[in-house]
Amino acid sequence: MAVKTYIEAIREGMRDEMRRDERVIVMGEDVGVKGGVFKATEGLHTEFGEMRVIDTPLAESAIVGVAIGAAINGMRPIAEIQFQDFIMPAVDQIISEAAKIRYRSNNDFNVPMVVRAPFGGGVHGALYHSQSIEAIFCGVPGLKVVVPSTPHDAKGLLRAAIRDPDPVLYFEHKRAYRLIKGEVPDGDYVEEIGRARVLREGEDIAIFSYGLMSHFCVDAAERLAADGFSCEVVDLRTLRPLDREQITATARKCGKVLVVQEANLAVSVASEVAAIVAEECFEYLDAPVMRLGGPEIPGVPFSPPLEEFYMLTPAKIETRLRELAAY
Amino acid sequence: MAVTVTMPQLGESVTEGTITQWLKQPGDPVERYESIAEVTTDKVNAEIPSPVAGVMGEHLAVEGTVVPVGGEICRIEGAAEEPAAAEEARPAEAVGAGTRQEVPAAGGAGATAATPANPAAVASAPAPQGAPAAPGLHLTPAVRMLAREHAVDLTRLSGSGINGRITKKDVLEYVQRRDSGEAAPPPGGVAARRAEATAQAAAPAPPQAPRPVPAAAPQAAGDTLLPLTPMRRAIAEHMSRSVLTSPHAWTMVEVDMTRVARVRARQREDFRRHHGADLTFLPFVAKAVVAALRQNPSLNATWTDEGVVLRNDVNLGLAVALEDGLVVPVIRGADRLSMAGLALAAADLTERARNGRLRIEDVEGGTFTLNNAGALGTVMSQAIINQPQAAILVMDAIVKRPVVVDDDAIAVRSMMNLCISFDHRVNDGLAAARFLRSVKDTLESIDDSAALW
Amino acid sequence: MAVAKEDAAQKAGLDAEALRTMFRHMVRARVLDERMWVLNRQGRAPFVISCQGHEAAQVGIAMALRPGYDWAAPYYRDLAVTLVLGMTPRDHLLATMARADDPNSGSRQMPSHFGCRRLNIITGGSPVATQVLHAAGAALAAKVRGEDAVAFTSLGEGSTSEGDFHEGLNFAAVHHLPLITVVENNGFAISVPWDKQMPLKDVAERARAYGMPGVIVDGGDPIACYAAMKEAVERGRRGEGPTLIEAKVARLTPHSSDDDDRVYKTREALAEEKKHDCVLRFRQTLEEAGVLQPGDAEEVRAEVMREVDKALQEAEAAPLPSPESALLHVYGE
Repeated sequence: MAVKTYIEAIREGMRDEMRRDERVIVMGEDVGVKGGVFKATEGLHTEFGEMRVIDTPLAESAIVGVAIGAAINGMRPIAEIQFQDFIMPAVDQIISEAAKIRYRSNNDFNVPMVVRAPFGGGVHGALYHSQSIEAIFCGVPGLKVVVPSTPHDAKGLLRAAIRDPDPVLYFEHKRAYRLIKGEVPDGDYVEEIGRARVLREGEDIAIFSYGLMSHFCVDAAERLAADGFSCEVVDLRTLRPLDREQITATARKCGKVLVVQEANLAVSVASEVAAIVAEECFEYLDAPVMRLGGPEIPGVPFSPPLEEFYMLTPAKIETRLRELAAY
Repeated sequence: MAVTVTMPQLGESVTEGTITQWLKQPGDPVERYESIAEVTTDKVNAEIPSPVAGVMGEHLAVEGTVVPVGGEICRIEGAAEEPAAAEEARPAEAVGAGTRQEVPAAGGAGATAATPANPAAVASAPAPQGAPAAPGLHLTPAVRMLAREHAVDLTRLSGSGINGRITKKDVLEYVQRRDSGEAAPPPGGVAARRAEATAQAAAPAPPQAPRPVPAAAPQAAGDTLLPLTPMRRAIAEHMSRSVLTSPHAWTMVEVDMTRVARVRARQREDFRRHHGADLTFLPFVAKAVVAALRQNPSLNATWTDEGVVLRNDVNLGLAVALEDGLVVPVIRGADRLSMAGLALAAADLTERARNGRLRIEDVEGGTFTLNNAGALGTVMSQAIINQPQAAILVMDAIVKRPVVVDDDAIAVRSMMNLCISFDHRVNDGLAAARFLRSVKDTLESIDDSAALW
Repeated sequence: MAVAKEDAAQKAGLDAEALRTMFRHMVRARVLDERMWVLNRQGRAPFVISCQGHEAAQVGIAMALRPGYDWAAPYYRDLAVTLVLGMTPRDHLLATMARADDPNSGSRQMPSHFGCRRLNIITGGSPVATQVLHAAGAALAAKVRGEDAVAFTSLGEGSTSEGDFHEGLNFAAVHHLPLITVVENNGFAISVPWDKQMPLKDVAERARAYGMPGVIVDGGDPIACYAAMKEAVERGRRGEGPTLIEAKVARLTPHSSDDDDRVYKTREALAEEKKHDCVLRFRQTLEEAGVLQPGDAEEVRAEVMREVDKALQEAEAAPLPSPESALLHVYGE
């Protein structure tokens, strides 16, 4: 099986779906001739032409709004927002329109659209190229939100998202683009949206995470294993809808739970996971449900000591795990 | 209207108490908050206040028996109807003479949120969430569920979690051992668990070697069985665990206390007049010890897997012998006290220890222990380290002895042996010897005019 | 004048039959609209937002489209547009009465949030101007597939202040999309008059800046509107890109049943507008041209009344949605 980087897997996911289904088009800033500022769409313009790989004006609301219209009229658009930080102008189209179109038309219309955007820090991107704001969308019924952490899942989830009849927000951790490599099968496969994945089995502490942090959690879990604590690491993969079945199964098995995310904790994905565990696994808890995330500041600052202060590391996760283990 | 009084929880992980003395007999009038019984636990002694006014009724527990927390101990008759009786019970506990429910800081591996190592971690650390308002054991849902399922009497378990919390793993391991007839290992924290894990990994065939087997001892006719008091049990557990945790090494020096004796004699009267307390040899030694700890910080430390933690504070524990056991109250910040301060603190703690009036914070947080065994007359002692400290120092009796001075003359000097037991993981003989040397030098060169305060 | 009108009609390709159909559409819209207001003032319909005064523009424009083939993303005032494209008074009264069988939204949305996939009328929400982008997207899809369908969208002049209007025009022009944007300018955005909305009197002036033709039409003249739209549609089908049409109309009612326009519109101004009521005007025009005979207009109105009466009866007899049905259709199967 070939080993690919995370971004290669994403590119291939788009390419393979565009080959398979001529309704799939890509639109966004710089996605065509340039191939994307991260090269996520490199080669697509050459292969599929400018009618299917569209360089749009610098207008996020239009990128999503036009994609919605195209989706309504039979296409399968992939709208790329250059950085998740810049998705704000498109929030009206995403939340007021895309999320509600099927519901408000009483199932007469639907929007089979994917909105892709890179997110996350650790790349000296500062406040507006490092945000992790997926939580905004995770509370919106009518949307689906996925965040793959491995190249295997990146390709499989993207293909599933493109084939999904409803709007899917697909967020890619930009630091993972070239950092994370993994085996990616050839041929057609999809990963089911709404299913988490157990990255590491264990029975003492349950760790729930997503994105790049999933890898850091596995790292931290390995360090604890040396001291006789076994951690089960679960990569959520889909943030809406959360895989309640896996979350509760793992939480009940272990009894101690740590939810880890890069984003700040207030009203976040981690909050929701913690609530589910508290509600459905109370009798099995051997410690309070803990969360670990970024500080309550408006963004990741630029200067290295400031950025390091913000970002989680395997060592920081390990410290929190040890506290939980000793409880 | 009779009100039933139950055994309160006196301390975070306390599960039972013993009534040592009824202060009110049936028929005695009782005022609200008046003490009705003396109770002892393995942590503190306390007096239980009455929740209501009335007349003492039936005693439901006999003096000297162990009553679990929440168990009934007596009834009070003729009490006025208290609509908020439950609420009364709560402040009544807190008001218990000399007892204070301090929320213990999550110990061990530094569980506060904004430690330098983990500044970005937001959300509170998993500290035990305060003493429960009503009497009860601090048990998590998982522990209760497992206890139910496996019919486990939780009062039989010791906990390996923070502050002795019984964890899910403790229950599961207990069940496993119970069901397979195995012996109980000493409860330990992370260190013990690791020791277990590595011991298991290293020697799978022979069962973990040093395990005390609580076998039923055969009794011959005429033998007497002394039931274990909570304190005895606690001491037994602590000492066993200490020996198993720390490899103990021992060494000693002889200290010429003649000068000290002279200073003491000269200052005694003034001291008593000024401070209202007797000036013993203890504060002299304590001051020298504290200074030596500052110079030899590795003796004021704790072993952890991540490294040796050098304690910033010097909280000097003083071993106090009691009739049926011992307790180690702690002088906090001993390095900041003058000799007079040390003397007074020691006197106060000792007196309260002997009268069973120590508070929980008096017995927690010690970083080094000093044992004035000499008061009992022994000349050489090998003490057991008070975990999680790195050493314990015994000052044995001061005995007048002929010693060689000035190379060839013989003089009678007041000699005292200073014996240190130290954790050989943390320190080697050299460090221990340096420490002792430092104490010895300080004591032997004490200035006649040294200010005591 | 009659001759000029005949010429205009001929030029636009509208024969007498088409003109009578046009008139009927306008009357139907007016009667239905009036009925909805009656229901509201009777307390039987909680909300009405109407198109009185816009009928000529809407009918003229909608008749230039191919229903079910071209795409429409109308706005809340386009009652007449939807009727021309194929929706019925019964459809709209089901929405007005909040019935389960409302084809627009199963009464999940307020009335006048139009949508009908069968007729390619894209479901609309309440945030204004978002539909301009959706129509642009529908146009894009048609272009990608090489079809000659066009996309029509409409909005009030107030909504042209929204970013999506500008982004939509820009996008459509850059990519040569067959998007026809119709601004129904009635001079008011609820109470805010046009001169507090924009620095120009004519929205169509912006068209040039967005790289497309801008056409101003008398929104009270359905033939003129039809002609302008027909031309724009043909441009679009030929691949010549987008057009902006501004129809000057009058809003003869308050913004909605929740608005009282006496605060910001004088009764004299309203009376003046009503004097030029487009339905009356067109009736006069057709009668003068002999397309309508004496009595025809009344007959049309009577027929439409009966149609609306029947529709209302059916709507009132129709069931309300079941409470649990609120949970359905968040996602597809």
